[in-house]
Amino acid sequence: MVTKLSRRIGFKLIVVVGLTMIITIGVYSYFNTRSQRENLLAEVERHAMQLSETVKNGTRYDMLFNQRERIHIIINDIGSDPAINEVRVLNKEGEIIYSSRAESIGRMVDKQAESCYGCHAADKPLERLSISERTRIFRIHPDSARVFGVINPIYSERSCWDAPCHAHSKQQQVLGVLDVTISLADVDERIRASTFQVGIFAVSAILAASLIIAFFVNQWVSKPVGVLLDATKQVGSGNLSYTVPDLGKGSIGLLAQSFNTMTMKLSEARLQLFQSDKMASLGRLAAGIAHEINNPLTGVLTYASFLLKRSQNNPELHEDLKIIVRETIRSREIVKSLLDFARQSIPKKSQSDINEIIDRSVAVVEHQLAIKGLKVVRKIDPHIPKITLDPNQMQQVFVNLLVNAADAIEDNTGAVTIASGILRLPPQGIVHIKAARCPSGHDLITTEYKIEGIPAIRVKARSNGDEGFIMLDPIYGLNRHRYEFEVLEGKQLDVVCPECNVSLMMEEGRCPVCGSNLFSFSIPAQGDVEFCIKPKCAWQRWATVDSVGKKVYAEVCVADTGVGIPKEDLSRIFEPFFTTKGQKGTGLGLAVIWGIIDNHNGTISVESEVGSGTTFRIRLPIS
Amino acid sequence: MSKPIDILVIDDEQVVRDAVCRVCGADGLTIETAADARTGLEKLHKNTYRLVVCDIMLPELNGFHILDSMKRVAALTPLIMITGYSTMQNAVDALKNGAIDFVPKPFTADELESAIHRGLRYHTLTQNPASRREGEIDLSSLAVPCPVEYHRLGNLSWACIESNGSGLIGVTDLFVKTVSPVGEVHYYDLNCEIVQGSACAEVASEDGLVHNVLSPISGRIVERNEALLASPKMVEKDPYFAGWLYRILPTDVAFSLKQLTPCIGDH
Repeated sequence: MVTKLSRRIGFKLIVVVGLTMIITIGVYSYFNTRSQRENLLAEVERHAMQLSETVKNGTRYDMLFNQRERIHIIINDIGSDPAINEVRVLNKEGEIIYSSRAESIGRMVDKQAESCYGCHAADKPLERLSISERTRIFRIHPDSARVFGVINPIYSERSCWDAPCHAHSKQQQVLGVLDVTISLADVDERIRASTFQVGIFAVSAILAASLIIAFFVNQWVSKPVGVLLDATKQVGSGNLSYTVPDLGKGSIGLLAQSFNTMTMKLSEARLQLFQSDKMASLGRLAAGIAHEINNPLTGVLTYASFLLKRSQNNPELHEDLKIIVRETIRSREIVKSLLDFARQSIPKKSQSDINEIIDRSVAVVEHQLAIKGLKVVRKIDPHIPKITLDPNQMQQVFVNLLVNAADAIEDNTGAVTIASGILRLPPQGIVHIKAARCPSGHDLITTEYKIEGIPAIRVKARSNGDEGFIMLDPIYGLNRHRYEFEVLEGKQLDVVCPECNVSLMMEEGRCPVCGSNLFSFSIPAQGDVEFCIKPKCAWQRWATVDSVGKKVYAEVCVADTGVGIPKEDLSRIFEPFFTTKGQKGTGLGLAVIWGIIDNHNGTISVESEVGSGTTFRIRLPIS
Repeated sequence: MSKPIDILVIDDEQVVRDAVCRVCGADGLTIETAADARTGLEKLHKNTYRLVVCDIMLPELNGFHILDSMKRVAALTPLIMITGYSTMQNAVDALKNGAIDFVPKPFTADELESAIHRGLRYHTLTQNPASRREGEIDLSSLAVPCPVEYHRLGNLSWACIESNGSGLIGVTDLFVKTVSPVGEVHYYDLNCEIVQGSACAEVASEDGLVHNVLSPISGRIVERNEALLASPKMVEKDPYFAGWLYRILPTDVAFSLKQLTPCIGDH
C-alpha cells in the first residue's frame, strides 16, 4: 500500500473505536472489581460480627460463674479454625486474659496498637462504638496476609456485679474486650482471582470487539475506499476508461456509481474536445495539403490537357493522355473532398450506376493487387437500379476499402471480394432519426451524447421527485437507450422536453406489449415516433416509416481473407486519425468513408474475426 | 505608349507560371511573370497589361493585397484570381473585391484558356471610351445590369430568391458578352447539390471554348430551364428572365445572399 498505515481512514476508525472500548470496559471493570471487593469484605465483617457475638454469648455463662478453664477450652476450640487468626479477651487494663494462642495470655496490649485504636484514639476511651468503628484491617507483619479484626466490648450487667464470685464493681461499664481476628488470606485470594478474571475478560472483550470492528471497517470502508482511491489515481493519470466495480447499494456503492458516471461524462467530453481539436487540425492540414498538392497538380493537369488537345492525330498518345487527365481530375476531386470533409460539405450527387463505379474502382486497384499476387473477385448483381450519389466520392470509398482489404492480406495468400446486391429491409434497425422535435419545436437531438457514434435523442424524465435524462437510440428499433438515472420499477414516470419541460406523454394509447403509458415526439415531415415508457419494454412505433414497409437498399460488401481486426479496435476504426497501420496511414481513410456514406443517408458496418478476415458492408437507400 | 503586354502572371510556383505561359504562349499571347506580389505590383506600375492572373496565397503580400493596391491606384486592368486553396469563401471574397473571375487550381488547359479569353474580352469591352465615366469603368454602359431585386456573384452570375423560398439563377449580361456567341449550354444533373462560388453549368461558345458558370448560391437543383437547351441563344437575348438556368432549393438563403452584391446599387 502506498498510503502510510497511520493515514488510512480504516486505521483511524479502528484506533478511535478501540480507545472508546478500552475506556468503557476499563471503567466498568474497575467499578465491578471494587464493588465485588466491598461485598466480600462486608460479608467477612458480618461473619466476624456473628462469630464475635457467638463467642461472647457462648462464654457468658462460664464468665458469670468464673469457669476459667471452660472459657479457655471454648476459645481454644473456636480459635483452632484455620480461618480464624486469634480469639482473645482483654480486661480493662489491656491484659490478655484468654487467647486462642496460649503464648499471648498474660501479655499487656499497647493501647495505641491496631486493635485498640478504635476506642483509645481519643484521650478518654470511648465506651460505645458503631459497628464500622469496631472493625479494622491490618497486617501482622508487612509480608503476611491481611487480617480482619473486630472488637466486641463486654459490657457490665447486673449479673456481673451481683455474681457471688466477686469481682466487678457496679460502676464499671466496660469489663473487657473480645477481639476476634480473621485471616483475609482466602478472601484476598478470591479478590485477586476475580480481578484477574475481570481483567482477562476486559482485555479479550476489547481485543475481540476491535478485531470484529477492524474486519467490518476493512470490509465496508477500507477496501471500497481503497478501490475508489485506486480509481481516482487511474483517472488522475488519464485512464478515463477505468470503471469502479460494483460496490453494492450503500453510500459507497452510490459514490462508485456516480464516480463511474462522472468519468464516463468526462471521457465523453474529452473525446468530443479531442475530436473537435482533431477536426480543427484536420482543417489546417487539409488547407495545407490542398495548397501544396494543387500546385503540382496544376502543372500535371494543364500540361496533360494541353497535350491532349494537340494529340488528336496520335490516337495512342491521345488515349493515354486522356487517362492522365481523367485521373488528375479525380485527384483534384479527392483533394477537394478532403477540404470538404474538414468542412462537412455536401456531395455532388447524380443518378449513377453503382456497378459501374465498382468496375472503375476495381480497375484502379487491380494492378496494385496483382503485384501482391491477390485477386479481386467481383460478384455483381446487374439489376441494381441507378442511385443518386456522388460517383467520385463513392469510387473513393470503394478504392479505399479495396486497398485496405489488400493491406490486410499477406502476399499471395488470399482474395478480396467486392459484391453488390439488392436488399429489402424493414425500417427497424436501419432508419436513422436525424431530427426530432418536441411539441413546442425544440430540437431533441444532442451532439453531446452519442450512441455508437451517432448523436442521441435526449429527453428528460421525472419519477418520484427524481429527474434525469434519457438518451434514446437514434436508430429506429435498436433500443440501445441510456438512462442517466435509476428508474424504479412500478414508479410513475413522466417524460418532458429538456428545453421547455412540455410533456411528451401521450394522453391516449397504451403499449400493446406491456400496457404502459406512451410518449412521443415528432420527426419533421415524417410523422411521430412513439415509445413505451417502461425501460425494459422495447416497444416503439414510427407509423410513417412503418407504413412504407420494407425499404430497398443497394448493398456493397468488400470482404478480405486477411488478418482481421481485434474486437477492441472495431468500435474505433471510423474515428478520424485512428490507425493500425502506424506511420503508413493517416487514420483518415475510414473516417472520410463514414462521412461520405453518412452524407448519402447510407450506413456502413464492419464484421471481423481475427485470423479469418474482415467484411465492410455499405447500404445505400434506393429511392 | 508602347503596345500593352497581354498577360501578367503572379504566382510563387514556377510550374504554374510555366503552365500558364505554355498554354497562353501557344495562343500567341505575350506574357510576363512575377513570383511575388511586390514584383507583380512593380511591373503593373511600370508596364501596361491587358489582364492579370494572380494567385491568392503568395509569400508576404497575398492576392487580396494586390487587388486592394490596384483599386487604390484606380488601375483598370482586369484580374483573374487562381488558387490552390479553393474554398467557397475565397471564391466569393475574390469576386466581391473586384476580381473579374475565379479559377480554382488545378485547372485544365481548356479552363484556363476560356477564363483568359473572357478576361481579354472584358478588357477589350472596357477600352471603348464610352465605357468610362470619371476614369472608372461604368459597367452599366458595357452590359445590361441585373434587375434591382437580384443579387449577383461578381459580374458573373445572378440569383433571384422568390417568395416560395426557391431561387432562380442565371448568368449576367456581361458574362454573356465575354463568351458570346453562345453555342450550347451544358447542365448538371437534377437534384445535384451545387456550392456557391463553384462551377454549376457550362456554356460553350461557338469558337469551341467551354466556360464554367460559378453558382451564386448553394443548394439543390430542382428545375432546369430545358428551353435553353433547344435555343441557347435565349441566354444572350434575355439573360435575366427567359434565359435563367436553374431553379435552386437553397441550403441557407440568408448566408448565401450575405456573400453577394445586391444589384440595386447598379442603377
